[in-house]
Amino acid sequence: MLFRSHILICGGTGCSSSRSKDIFAAFEDGLKTQSLDKEVKLVLTGCFGLCALGPVVIVYPEGSFYSKVTPDDVREIISEHIVKGRIVKRLLYEETVKQDGIQSLNETNFYKKQLRVALKNCGVINPENIDEYIARDGYKAYEKVVTAMTPQQVVDEIKASGLRGRGGGGFSTGLKWQFTKDAQGDKKFVCCNADEGDPGAFMDRSVLEGDPHCVIEAMMIAGYAVGSDQGYVYVRAEYPIAVQRLQVAIDQAREYGLLGKNILGTGHSFDLEIRLGSGAFVCGEETALMTSIEGHRGEPRPRPPFPAIKGLFGKPTLLNNVETYANITQIILNGSKWFAAMGTEKSKGTKVFALGGKIANTGLVEIPMGTTLREIIEDIGGGIPNGKKFKAAQTGGPSGGCIPAELIDIKIDYDNLISIGSMMGSGGLIVMDEDNCMVDIAKFFLEFTVDESCGKCTPCRIGNKRLLELLDKITSGKGEPSDIPKMEELCQYIKDNSLCGLGQTAPNPVLSTLRYFKDEYIAHIEKKTCPAGVCKALLNYSVQADKCIGCTLCKRNCPVAAISGEVKAVHTIDPAKCIKCGVCMEKCPKKAIVRR
Amino acid sequence: MENVKMINLKINSLPVSVPEGTTVLDAAKSIGITIPTLCYMRKVNEIGACRVCVVEVKGARNLVASCVFPVAENMEVSTATERVLKARRTTVELMLSDHDNQCLSCMRSTNCELQKLAHDLNCDQHKYDGAVNDYKKDTSSPYLVRDNNKCILCRRCVAVCSKVQDVAVIGANARGFKTHIGCAFGRDIFDVPCIACGQCITVCPTGALTEKDDIDIVRAAIGDPQKTVIAGTAPATRIGLSEEFGLPAGTNVEGKLVSALRLLGFDKVFDINATADLTIMEEGTELLHRIKTNGALPMFTSCSPGWVKYVETFYPEFIKNISTCKSPQAMFGATIKTYYAEKCGLDPANLFTVGVMPCTSKKFERLRDDMSANGKQPDMDAVLSVREIARMIKRAGIDFVNLPDGKYDAPLGVASGAGFIFGATGGVMEAALRTVVETLEGKPLEKLDFKAVRGMKGIKEATVTAGGRKISVCAASGIANAKAVLEDIKSGKAHYDFVEVMTCPGGCVNGGGQPVRNAEKLNFMDIAETRAKPIYAGDAKNKIRKSHENPVVKALYEEYFQYPNSHRAHEVLHTTYAARKKYKDI
Amino acid sequence: MKSFAELQQIRERLKNEVNQRENGEADIRIVVGMATCGIAAGARPVLTAFNHEIDVRKLSNVKTVQTGCIGMCRLEPIVDVITPDGKKVTYVKVTPEKVVRIVAEHIVNGKIVDEFLMPANS
Repeated sequence: MLFRSHILICGGTGCSSSRSKDIFAAFEDGLKTQSLDKEVKLVLTGCFGLCALGPVVIVYPEGSFYSKVTPDDVREIISEHIVKGRIVKRLLYEETVKQDGIQSLNETNFYKKQLRVALKNCGVINPENIDEYIARDGYKAYEKVVTAMTPQQVVDEIKASGLRGRGGGGFSTGLKWQFTKDAQGDKKFVCCNADEGDPGAFMDRSVLEGDPHCVIEAMMIAGYAVGSDQGYVYVRAEYPIAVQRLQVAIDQAREYGLLGKNILGTGHSFDLEIRLGSGAFVCGEETALMTSIEGHRGEPRPRPPFPAIKGLFGKPTLLNNVETYANITQIILNGSKWFAAMGTEKSKGTKVFALGGKIANTGLVEIPMGTTLREIIEDIGGGIPNGKKFKAAQTGGPSGGCIPAELIDIKIDYDNLISIGSMMGSGGLIVMDEDNCMVDIAKFFLEFTVDESCGKCTPCRIGNKRLLELLDKITSGKGEPSDIPKMEELCQYIKDNSLCGLGQTAPNPVLSTLRYFKDEYIAHIEKKTCPAGVCKALLNYSVQADKCIGCTLCKRNCPVAAISGEVKAVHTIDPAKCIKCGVCMEKCPKKAIVRR
Repeated sequence: MENVKMINLKINSLPVSVPEGTTVLDAAKSIGITIPTLCYMRKVNEIGACRVCVVEVKGARNLVASCVFPVAENMEVSTATERVLKARRTTVELMLSDHDNQCLSCMRSTNCELQKLAHDLNCDQHKYDGAVNDYKKDTSSPYLVRDNNKCILCRRCVAVCSKVQDVAVIGANARGFKTHIGCAFGRDIFDVPCIACGQCITVCPTGALTEKDDIDIVRAAIGDPQKTVIAGTAPATRIGLSEEFGLPAGTNVEGKLVSALRLLGFDKVFDINATADLTIMEEGTELLHRIKTNGALPMFTSCSPGWVKYVETFYPEFIKNISTCKSPQAMFGATIKTYYAEKCGLDPANLFTVGVMPCTSKKFERLRDDMSANGKQPDMDAVLSVREIARMIKRAGIDFVNLPDGKYDAPLGVASGAGFIFGATGGVMEAALRTVVETLEGKPLEKLDFKAVRGMKGIKEATVTAGGRKISVCAASGIANAKAVLEDIKSGKAHYDFVEVMTCPGGCVNGGGQPVRNAEKLNFMDIAETRAKPIYAGDAKNKIRKSHENPVVKALYEEYFQYPNSHRAHEVLHTTYAARKKYKDI
Repeated sequence: MKSFAELQQIRERLKNEVNQRENGEADIRIVVGMATCGIAAGARPVLTAFNHEIDVRKLSNVKTVQTGCIGMCRLEPIVDVITPDGKKVTYVKVTPEKVVRIVAEHIVNGKIVDEFLMPANS
C-alpha cells in the first residue's frame, strides 16, 4: 500500500539542534490522533542543505518546503495540508511561493544550479532504513562490481572517471586505489576519513547522517578492488548523530549479509568498524588518522612510505574521505563517462560546499566543478545579507586561502583554487563582507592551527606560534614595517619545512591575505587603523560635538567611567580609560558617537 | 649476501651509489657529509620531527627530512644550499626562542647538541623572541631531573623508553606550542612505573634530562673529618669515563680513575669487580641449589636494579625466579658496613660508602627496603654516575688525562676477569658459567670463553653440558628484549635454567649513568660494543679469570661469610622482593 | 542473509514509494480535492484507492496530489487527472469503485471514462 503523503523532517545536525526531533514527535502524535498514521509516512532524513531555514519539513507529493517550523506549527500542517490539502503558505520557503501555488524546490535559486551526486539520497531517504537505500538502487553498484567486474576493472573505472580526493589534496582516487591494489601485503585495510575538522565544514557529517549506506557500499567496493577485507571509518566523536546512524547502517548491512564473511554468497568478505576521533584536527591528516586508529596519540608520520604501501598497522591501506566515497556507487552504476562529463578538464564531477559566514543561505550545496564563485554566492547563496558588499571568500578552511571580490568569477576547481593561493580543502566556504578585517581573519585561522598543531615538528609547533604573535602584534597596533617581510619569510619557511599537511598549509591564510589585502596590513601597521573597524586596539570612540545633546545616557552607561560631561553639554570620551566596548555608541539616541 | 639493488644518485653534484632503502642521511655520510640531526635515532626514533636534517631534493615541493627519506634512482640532493642552511638555522632559532638558554650554568654546556648546532649554524638567539613556556622541574625521583624548559621535543627519550625499554612511562602531553614530554595525566616520574634506567638521560641532546646530582652529598662527607669515605667503582665505569675527558671511546682508564678518586679525597678506593666475584659465588650457589632442589627456574640475575623493579611492577609472577642476591654494589656496601667495619674496628655509622656507577637505577636501589645489612645504616650512602664523577674531577682541577695509574686499596682491590665482564651484556652469565660448570664438572675448565653469550645481540641463548646435565641459558639486554624472553617463558615457548637480564641495551657499558650519546654515537657507531671491547681484553689479560679463584673472595668466606649461601651470607648479601603497584593510588 | 534477488525485490517494492519524494514532475498527476467538503463526500477512500491501484500496478510516474476546495462542493469527491501535455480531465462524484476504472482505462490505456466526467451544464 502506498502512503498518500510523505512528511520528510530533516534530522541533520543543524535542524536537530533547532528541535527537529520534537517536530517529528509532534507529527507522530498528531497523525495518530487523526488516524492518519497508516496513510502518511513520516521520515526523519539527513540534511536538505538549506540549513539557514531550518528546521525544514517537506511534504510530498506536493513538495511543499516548510521552513523554520516549530512544534507548534505541526497541528496546522496536519489539519490544513494533510487533512484538507491546503498548503500552509505562511510556512513555505518564500522562494517556492508562486502566485498560483508553489513551485518545485528544484526551481528555486538555491537548488536550481545544484547537481546532487554525492548528496543524491540526502534529505530523500530515511538513513536508518536500509530498504529505502536499497530502493534507490542501493547495493546495486556492489552487486555489479562483484558479479561482473574484476578488481582491476573497478580500479580502471574509477581512474577513468577522473575522480579526485574530496578531502583536501585532490589526489587521483583511481591512482590511490591502484597503488593499494598493487601493494604487496597479507592484509590490507580500507579506511574512511570522517574526521572533518575545518571550522564551518560539515559535508561529510551530512553524508553520514543522510546516507550512511552509500559510504558503506563504496568501502565494500573499494575492499573488493584493492583486496581488503577490513575497513575502518574514523569519525569525530563530536558527530554523535552521524556515528549513531552509521552504526545503525552497519548493523543493518551486517544483518542483510552485506558485511561479513562471504557476502551474499559471492565469496567476497568485508567488514567495517567505527573508530571515534577525540577531537584533534590533525587526525584528519592521513598518517595521523592511522596512528590514532592504532591507538596512539594522533600524530602524523613522515611520508614516504605512503599509506598505500605501509599504512595502518604497517599494512597497505586505502584512505579516502566520506565525500569521495559518496561518489563511487554513482560512478559504478552510471559509468565513468557519465561522471567525467561533469566538471572541468581536470576536476570532474561535483563538489559539496558548506556555505557559511556572511551569506543569506547558509547550508550545504553540491555544484558541478567549474561553477563560478559568483553563482555560488549570488545565486545559490542568495547574496550577502543587509546590503553589504562582498569582500572575500575563504575556501579550504584553515589550510586554504581567501578569494578576493575581484576574482569572484573564478571557476571553482582544484587547480584554479591552487593557482590563486587557496585550495579546495574539504569544502568549507566562508563568505566575508566589508565588515570583516582580513588581518583578523588570518589571525582567526592561524589561531585555530596553532591550537590544533600536534606539536611534533618544530616549524609548526613554534613557527606558527611566532607567526601568530606577529599578527597579534599588528592587530594590537604595535606592528612595524619590518614585520611584513618577516612574516612572509616565516610563512615560506613553515610551508617548506613542516612535517605534514597541517603545518605546510597553516600559513596559507596569512599568505593569501597578504597577497590580496596587503593594504589592510599596511593600514594596521603604518596608520594604526583597522579599515573594517574590527581590531579593538586600533579603534577610537569619540563624540561629535555638533550632534551631542548632552543627554548623559552614554556617560551613565559607560562601565569604566571614561565619559565626562554635564547635562545638556557636549560629552567627551577619555581614550586612556575607554575599553572600546561600544556601549556608548549603542545607547546614543543621536548617533553622535563615532568609531574610527 | 643477497643481491641488493644499488641506487645511483647525486649528492651536491657528486655521484653516489648506495643500496636501495638507504636514507639520504646515510648516503651523504658515505661520501663524508654529515648532515646534522637532533631527533633521529637509528631504528629507534625515525620520526622526522625536528627538521634539522632537511635537504633539498630536486623536484620535491618542500625540503625533506634526510633522516627518513629514502634514496631513489637519479635523485639529485643538495645538502647545503642557501635554502637548506637558512631553513636549518630558522629551525634552531625557533627552538632557541622557546628554550631557557641558560647555557652558562647548564650541566650540558659544551656537551649540548642544541648549543653546538646553534653555533655551527650561526644562529641569532633572539630572532624569534616571543612567548616562552614555563614548566616546573620534575625532581620527584632520586635518580633523574626533568627540566622541560630545556626540552626541544626531539622525543629521543620517549622513543628509548617505549621502544628499547618497553616501559613507555613518558610521552607527549598537550598539543601545539604547549606540547611537552611528561607522564600520563601530568604525574611526576616517581609516581609512574619508571624503572629508573636513565636511558632517557643518555639520549637527551640538551640539559632537559639529567641525573639527580649527588656530588654535594659526597663532597660534604669528604669534608667531614668523622667520616671514612669509601668509593667502589663498578666494572663499566672505568671505560665510559674516558669519553668525558676527550679520550677515544673504549679506553680503559681504571688507573687514572683510582688516582683521581684519591685526589678527590676518598679515603679508600675499592673495586666493585671484587664484589661482582662475590656475587657469582652467591648466585652460582643459589642456581645450583635451585637445580638440585627443583626450585623456581629459570633463575634470573638480580644485579640490574631497573630490571628487578620492572619484574616487581609488570611481572610479579616472576619475582620468585629472581636471584635473592643483592647486586655487586649492594654486596659491596653490605660488606663494608659489616665485615670491613668489624675488621678495621670502625663504627659503621662513620663509614660513608659511595658507588661510582654507570647507572642511575643504582641511585634508586640504594633506597630500597632491605638494603641495610647491619640493620642501622644503609649499605650505600651515595651513588655517583660516571657523569657526576667526571664533573667532580673537572671541578677539582684534576688533570685526569695525565694522571699516573693508581692501584685499588685492599681488601677489595683484587678482582677476576669474571668480575670485570659484568660490565657487558652476557658477562654475568659467562662469569657464572665459569664457576658453575667447573663446580658441576668437578675439574678445572679448559675453555673459559663462552662466546655464545657475548656480543651486542639483544637476546642470546646457549646450552652447556655440565655434570651430565644440560643447562640452557639466555642473556638479554634492554627491557623490550627481556619482556620478549619473559613472554616466551610464560607461553612455554622457551625453557631456560638461568637468564641474565641487563636493563640497558648492551649492558652496563651502555648504562643510564654513562656519558651521554650524541647523534654520532647514536647513529654511526655501536658505542656499547666499543666500550665492551676493553672489558673483554681486560678479562683475557687477567691471570685470575674465575670468581672462585679470587683470593679476596676466598678470604671473605674464610674470615666472615664461611661459605656461599651461609646463614650470614644470607643475612648480609641477600635481599627480598615484593610486587609493586604501577601507581601509588591506582 | 539476503540474496541479490531479494535486494531486487525490496527495490521494486519500495521504488515507487521512495520516488514519490522526488521533486521531479510526474508524467500524470491525479489531484484529489481534500477539503472538508471533499472529505465529507468520501475523498479519503478515493485517494487511498488511487494509491492502492498505483501500487498494485507498479505505475511509476503517476502521483496523487491533494488539493483544497474548488468551489463545487456538491460534486465532490472531485478528481483531476492531469497528463504531461497539460490536459486536465475532471471526474466528479468519484468512488473507490470508479477509481479502478479510471486507472485501468484512463491512466493505463489513455481512454477517458466519459461517464464519470462533470456534466456539461453544471
